[in-house]
Amino acid sequence: MRRLSYAQAIREAHAQLLAGDPRVFLLGQGVWSPWYAGTSLKDLDKEFGRDRVIDSPVSENAVTGAAVGAAIAGMRPIVFHPRMDFMLLAVDPIVNQAANWAYLFAGAVAVPVVIRAAINRGGEQGAQHSQALQAMFAHVPGLKVVMPSTPYDAKGLLISAVYDGNPVMYIDDRWLYEEQGDVPEPMYRVPIGRAAVRRPGRDLTIVATSFMAVQAVRAADRLASDGIEAEVIDLRSVKPWDRETVFASIRKTGRLLVADAAWRTGGFAAEVAASAAEEAFEALRAPVARVCLPDAPAPMSAPLERAYYRTADDIAAAARRLAAS
Amino acid sequence: MGDHVTTSVVGPAAGAPTTAFLFGCWRDMLRIRMFEERAGELVEAGEIKTPCHLYIGQEAIAVGVCRALRREDYVWGGHRSHGHYLAKGGDLRAMMAELYGKATGCSRGRGGSMHLVAPEVGVYGTVPLVAATIPLAVGTALASRQRGDGRVSVAFLGDGATEEGHFHESMNLAALYRLPVLFIVENNFYASHMHLLERRRADNILAAADAHSVPGAVLDGNDVMAVYEAAARAAARARAGEGPTLLECRTFRWRGHVGPSWDMDVGVKRKDELKDWLPRDPVARLRARLAEAGVEEAAFTAAEAELRAEVEAAVEFARRSPYPDPATLLDHVYTAREAEG
Repeated sequence: MRRLSYAQAIREAHAQLLAGDPRVFLLGQGVWSPWYAGTSLKDLDKEFGRDRVIDSPVSENAVTGAAVGAAIAGMRPIVFHPRMDFMLLAVDPIVNQAANWAYLFAGAVAVPVVIRAAINRGGEQGAQHSQALQAMFAHVPGLKVVMPSTPYDAKGLLISAVYDGNPVMYIDDRWLYEEQGDVPEPMYRVPIGRAAVRRPGRDLTIVATSFMAVQAVRAADRLASDGIEAEVIDLRSVKPWDRETVFASIRKTGRLLVADAAWRTGGFAAEVAASAAEEAFEALRAPVARVCLPDAPAPMSAPLERAYYRTADDIAAAARRLAAS
Repeated sequence: MGDHVTTSVVGPAAGAPTTAFLFGCWRDMLRIRMFEERAGELVEAGEIKTPCHLYIGQEAIAVGVCRALRREDYVWGGHRSHGHYLAKGGDLRAMMAELYGKATGCSRGRGGSMHLVAPEVGVYGTVPLVAATIPLAVGTALASRQRGDGRVSVAFLGDGATEEGHFHESMNLAALYRLPVLFIVENNFYASHMHLLERRRADNILAAADAHSVPGAVLDGNDVMAVYEAAARAAARARAGEGPTLLECRTFRWRGHVGPSWDMDVGVKRKDELKDWLPRDPVARLRARLAEAGVEEAAFTAAEAELRAEVEAAVEFARRSPYPDPATLLDHVYTAREAEG
């Protein structure tokens, strides 16, 4: 199988979508730049022209609204936000408009827009270049939210998002851009709302999103050397999310750890934990555990960053405590 | 000043309009007026409960602009969009049923007065979040540019919406990409209860057009032909790939911000202004012009009777229609349609 990086897989999905469908176009800040999007959009403007690969003014609101309008008109736009923090200036077109449209008009109008938001943190960037806001958007009915963690899913989920018919927020993480993985060359789809079991196990279930799914697999490998077999579920989609796969695993292991690289309070990990308490309580043999970011803005200075972000070490430590309880 | 200039798009008329065209404009305006007056009565009677922002007094703008458009052109509106919906060709009965929250409404009882839709005539959604549809109009215009389909997009917005960032960002994008979009500012001088000059330093909406290198003009928004001619020229420019235009149409809404009351909610100052505006009634003005041109009284009264009957039939249709089934509550949160078709 061919190996690609996560960023290359995103680029390949864009290239194949642009080549295969005249309705697809790309709009957003930095799409002509070699560094806003890493290599994930490299030279697409040269390949497909600047009428279809459009670098935009710093106008998140109007640019996102324009993508929503173009989708309503029958196009398949992908609007790119190189930093999710800045996308907050576009909450109106995303939350008030795109998400509401199908319901408000009883299905008469669809909004097949993809809103790509990159989580781009670390490197002493500080509070406004770091946020992971998936829970805010997963809260909103009418939006779908996907968070690929592997190159395979990065490609397949982008293609699914473009053809879903609904507004889909596609959240990628710059910390994953150099991850390597098998990626088939032809176009393929990864179903939205379906989790992937990355590693089977019998002692506890680790449900993780995006970057934390990769960390969870690393943690599980270490746990295995201590005789703890963790089942790792990569959610891949947080709205809708694959409840059945998660509950089935809890019924097998009796223990749940949720790892999400975002704030704890009101975060997506809380949703998974609450749902487990509602629907799989009888199977739980220990309280649900969470590995999340502390409830504080992202710090800048490197020692503070190291204290703030969570890694495989934190997941492994939490898993050991949970397995022993 | 920059090196660009504001150019008036209001030029000499292509030719004197025919009486038949003018009569059609009058009838379209009266149809909106009669719908709105009846809706106002039904709100007062408690039969219609959804908040209704009535368009009475502003009819010449919707009709003048939409007469300059094609069926497939896109029209976007806001909270006060009954007139836009009707002028573009939306089904009158379906809108009345929507005000009643019925399953036969244009939005199937999910929208009400503030969320109207008629995709078959280019109305892809009017929503009350002020200025929100301006970027969407830029988006449909961008789609038209990408496809080369020759369609024009129209953003109807009020003077209040020009104070939102949406408006300025959208003007810049439309100008930058030379998009086929018309920004129709319906300046009725009040955003809810606040006068224009309580919200900005000067009466200078048009200056925003200049600032974004968008040609613009100020019009008498109560003169349907002035609006029509300017909109027709702006639409022709847009279709020719020459980019956006802003038209500030000055007008006055006769009723309160929301509901049928004559100003109870906005105080004395506005009541005094209303006295000056009532004689400039766009519907009565055109009727007088038509009468001067020789249209017989019988033609007016026949049209009035037809329209009254149409509105009354819509009320009966709405009353008789079923409410949405609560079993459909969660339908359409997502569309089941894949986007490939």
